[in-house]
Parts: sequence; C-alpha cells; structure tokens
Amino acid sequence: MTEPVTTQISVRGCHINLMRGGAGRPLLYLHSGGGAGWLPFMADLATRHDVLVPEHPGFGASDTPDWLDNIADLARFYLDLMDQLDLQNVDLVGDSLGGWIAAELAARNTRRLSSLTLIGSAGIHVPGVPQVDTFLVNDEQLIRSLFDSPKLIDAMLAEAKRPELEDTILKNRTTTAKLVWQPRGYDPHLAKWLHRIDVPTHLIWGANDRIYPKDYALAFQRLIPGSTVTIIPDSGHVPQVEQRQAFVTALEGFLQGKRAAA
Amino acid sequence: MKVFNFHLMPYRHADLEAIDKNGSAWVTYSNRDYDPQKGAELYHEYLDQMELADKLGFDGVCLNEHHQTAYGMMPTPGPLAGALTRSVKRAKIAILGRALPLVNNPLVIAEEYAMLDNLSRGRFIAGFVRGIGAEYHAMGINPGLSQERFAEAHDLIIRAWTEPGPFQYVGKHYHFNYVNPWPRPYQAPHPPIWIPSQGSSSTIKWAAQMRYTYAQTLSPIAVVARMFQMYRDEAEKLGYEASPDQLAWSNTIYVAETDEKAMREARPHLEALTNRFLKMPTEMLLPPGYSNIESVKRIRAAKITGKPQTLDDLVRNGVVIVGSPNTVREKLAEYQDLAGFNTSLTKTQFGTLPDDMTRANMTAIAEEILPHFRNRLPQGKSQAAAE
Repeated sequence: MTEPVTTQISVRGCHINLMRGGAGRPLLYLHSGGGAGWLPFMADLATRHDVLVPEHPGFGASDTPDWLDNIADLARFYLDLMDQLDLQNVDLVGDSLGGWIAAELAARNTRRLSSLTLIGSAGIHVPGVPQVDTFLVNDEQLIRSLFDSPKLIDAMLAEAKRPELEDTILKNRTTTAKLVWQPRGYDPHLAKWLHRIDVPTHLIWGANDRIYPKDYALAFQRLIPGSTVTIIPDSGHVPQVEQRQAFVTALEGFLQGKRAAA
Repeated sequence: MKVFNFHLMPYRHADLEAIDKNGSAWVTYSNRDYDPQKGAELYHEYLDQMELADKLGFDGVCLNEHHQTAYGMMPTPGPLAGALTRSVKRAKIAILGRALPLVNNPLVIAEEYAMLDNLSRGRFIAGFVRGIGAEYHAMGINPGLSQERFAEAHDLIIRAWTEPGPFQYVGKHYHFNYVNPWPRPYQAPHPPIWIPSQGSSSTIKWAAQMRYTYAQTLSPIAVVARMFQMYRDEAEKLGYEASPDQLAWSNTIYVAETDEKAMREARPHLEALTNRFLKMPTEMLLPPGYSNIESVKRIRAAKITGKPQTLDDLVRNGVVIVGSPNTVREKLAEYQDLAGFNTSLTKTQFGTLPDDMTRANMTAIAEEILPHFRNRLPQGKSQAAAE
C-alpha cells in the first residue's frame, strides 16, 4: 500500500497538514467535514496519481485562521494553494463538504483544473428531499446515517470509541458547523454560477445516501454542463469507503475516458 | 434581599408522555400539541400572577425568552412586558433576557427595551443572554458565531442608548448607516443590565468588568456560591468591591404549612419541570461552537443532560427551596450568607403547577418569607470574603 508523506505547509501564513503520496498527474482530494485521513482508496489512487490530501484550515492539526468564515474562503484558499505548489492539470475531487469547496472553486476558476469529481456533495439545495440533520443526532445515530451496510456500521461504531480522537473530532465538528450551519449545507448563490464550470465533471454518489440523497447528484448534473453521474449501489454517503472498488473503478474510468476524449 | 417573581410561562398542559417519547420539549416537540384556547388562558393566568406579585409586595417581576418549546411561551417577551407596564404599578419589570445573537438586527432590541423603559417610567431591567444551544437549532443562527454576535450586539445597543444619533455603525455582523433610535431610554444612561448565565467563567469575568448584575440560573447552591465568589474575585482584580446587589440567584421556592405537605405538593410539578420541560439531548443543548471545546468536553464527560432528578435531589443540592415557612426562611438565609447575593429571582410557578397552588404559594411567600428578608443583607463568610 502506498504510504503518504505528511508535511506541514504554510499558505500565506496559514499552516496546514498535507498528506501526499504516489506519482503521476496531481489529484487534489478535499475531505469532508469528518476530517482528513489517508484511506485505502487513496492508496489505490496513488498507484496512478500524485495524490494530495490537505487537511483544511480549521480541521485537525491545521491552523484555524481568523479569516475562515465560509466555504468560499476555503475555495479561494485552495486556489492560493494550487498557485503556491504550481499544480497543473489537477484532477480535483471533493467529498461532501469538500465537494462544496471544490464546486465553489471550479465555478470561480478552472485554470489549474483538468477535471472535477464530486462525491455526495453539499453546496446546493434540492427542495423536497428529506435529509438527516447531522447536528441533531448523537454519535451513534450519525454513523448509522452515514453508511448503508450493517457490517460496516458495526465496525465504524467500534472504531468511533477512541477518546484520544475527541479533541480532533470536536475541532472538526466546530469548524464544520461554522461553515455549513446556516443556510444548512448550501449557498443559495452557488447554483446560479455552476454553469461556469468548463472542465469534465463527474458526480459519484451512494445510491442510499441519506445525508445528500442521490437527487443531489441529478441536480448537480443539471447545473454543470456535460457532467456525468455514477450511482454506486449498496452505498450510503461515503461510497469511496463503503464500495471502495466500485468507487475507484468509476473514478479511474472517468479520468481515463476524459483523457482519451481530450 | 430583594425578591423577584420569575415566570417561565410554561405551557403547563403539555403532554408529558409525548415530551418523554420525543426526548425533549424543545425544537422537535410538535406544536400540534399547543392548544390556542388553553394557551390564551395561560397567558392571562400568568399575567394575573405577575400582577398579584406586585400587589403582594414582590420587588419585581421577571420574564425571559425561549423559542419553539413548551418550556416557556415567551418567544418574544416584549408584548407581555408591555402589558405589565400598565398593570404592575410598583414592582420592577425585568426581561432576563433577550437573546441578542438570535436576531439579525439588534437595534430592534435597543428600541424595544427603550420603549419598555419609557412605558414603565424607569422600572425596567434589561437582561442580555446568548440563548441556549437548542435555540440555535430552532432559529437557524450559527452557534459558532454566538459569542461574537453577542459581543457586537451588546456594544451596538449600548452605543445606541448612550451616543446621540444618528451615527454610523460598522461591525463584522451588523452594519448601519443611521443609528438613531427613538425613543431613548427613560433611565440615564440606560436601564440596569443584568446578565443571566449558567456559570461560564468568561461571562462572569465580563459581567464583573462591566459591573453588570450577574444572575446564576438553575444550579446547586454550592456552585452558585463558587460562581459569585469568582465574580467578587474578578471585581477585586479590577480594583473594586462587588456589592451583593450585583449578584442574583435564580431559584424556585414552594411554601406550605409543613415540610411534608410542601414536598408532596411540589414534587410532580417540579419534577415535570426538571425531567420533562428542561430535558434535551446533548447535541441539542450544545451545538458545535456554542461553547468552547474545553467546556464541551467537561459537559460530555459529566453527562449532565441524561440523569432524571428527583425533588429530593433538587432540595438536597439547594437548587430549589421547598418546605414549611420556617424551613424556607432558614434555608434562604443560609444560602444568602453562603453565596452572598442580595436578589432572589424566584419561580413561584413551575412546571405543571396549577393557578390555585401558585397563588397560594405566592401568598405564603409574601406573608411568611418576604417580611423577614426585606432588610436582610448577606452575613458571615461571603461578606468577609468580599471585604
């Protein structure tokens, strides 16, 4: 398994943790509100890509800068980061809250992007679709809402009882709430500008996502010209963990197809 | 000691079983269970009780603000306070308090409070709070901005009351080209400001710094004493001696002929307040960012939101005082001396307590307790500590 190198980098005075592993064209992965980690699917991707997984400002070991108020702040921060690292032809992948950042970033500026992939993403609102209020459930109910497979839920519940992670969990949750609380998980102005995204875009969703149900994938597809959707069966909100193989196949297929077309 | 009649105005006809099943009387307990006929009767019943408090010689009447809950029917306390300015002839009228961060335009609170101060000809007391965690769910306000919105709204309101308008205000959350509220407050420079809290050290420090009256809510008397000592210590650091008038204890008192009768009568109603109306899951009470991470860890570790409390627990810990006139006099004096406060914010109605029992309780307090405390100041330890 490809292990990442973790370094601390400073972008305009904001120190963040950056995990980086593999070789190839850069794949920038923006994590969800749950926080950053080097997960098995990332090792899979690192066999073909230079995978960069930054820990967002306000999360885990990264600084919480005074300027951090909303998702657009993080989108512009990552534009700065790509400039600083001089990343070219980036395959940008965002998960949930990270997907919102990625969509916001791409709607602003795709100069350094080669493609965009959103997984179970926040950022827009689809009327009439019931969603779990992740701030009004306890730790156990949250895990049960995130995943589909009972076996995985049990494993996650067992893993969640790690008191040494409490500080990180509380920090991540506090920053997430600050970024997404109101309006809950979306920016009413983002949908107006998603048509500006002019790189190939892929939407990967768990068929049984209860946080941002698959209607969200279809809504993003309508808003982003030429975007395609892959719905992963037997998966909740986190297909890259729950159906790792199917997820990696879908993502690699999209990235190769896009290159063939180009 | 001054004794205020503090009303939460609960919807006392709430279905306690339904609250229990829902897990809370807040946010998600459906308002289908609110009957407007009964609710209208309750508003008048409670306002009548406040008027009775005035006639019986209570020093003040207190209202507060809570949203989307059967715990209290005062999402906006202003209309009730406005009604009371006409019918409460002598007592002070306090709102403890309005939740500043929950409004997007704090100038409306500056205006409302100034109106009440004029209407009452200077009998108004202005309470400022952040609102409890559940209200950030209910009102769609970001809990992570609670502290900074409170600080900014407070500054704006004080400036609106004290600086001649119009002036421009530019903050992070609030921006106005013209701050120029009519009316100005009746009292100069503005109504007394009271700060109720459950004991956040930063709030206590700030209240002491501003010399605002600090009110400790819903706590065992030992905790109350500790918080009031913290206030006195902070005052001392700032170079002044805090007066007992700057400290108010928010409690519940129930008086009957004997201890046994008082406990028997109060039990179901106080336990309904504590274990039904007040109950909520941790994630509702503490949305992320509402409190700093250290306090959240303390509260999660103590699991304070889960345990049902019996009346005996509440009495033993000195959260409430229930008993014969003699018992209540002894306890209140003991607690006043222990904690060093000179204002008691007393709920005489609580939970499901019906009107006749509430009025009997208020009358008993007025006859048996108030005369003994009218000129009583804290004595002993807390005084020595302040000196």
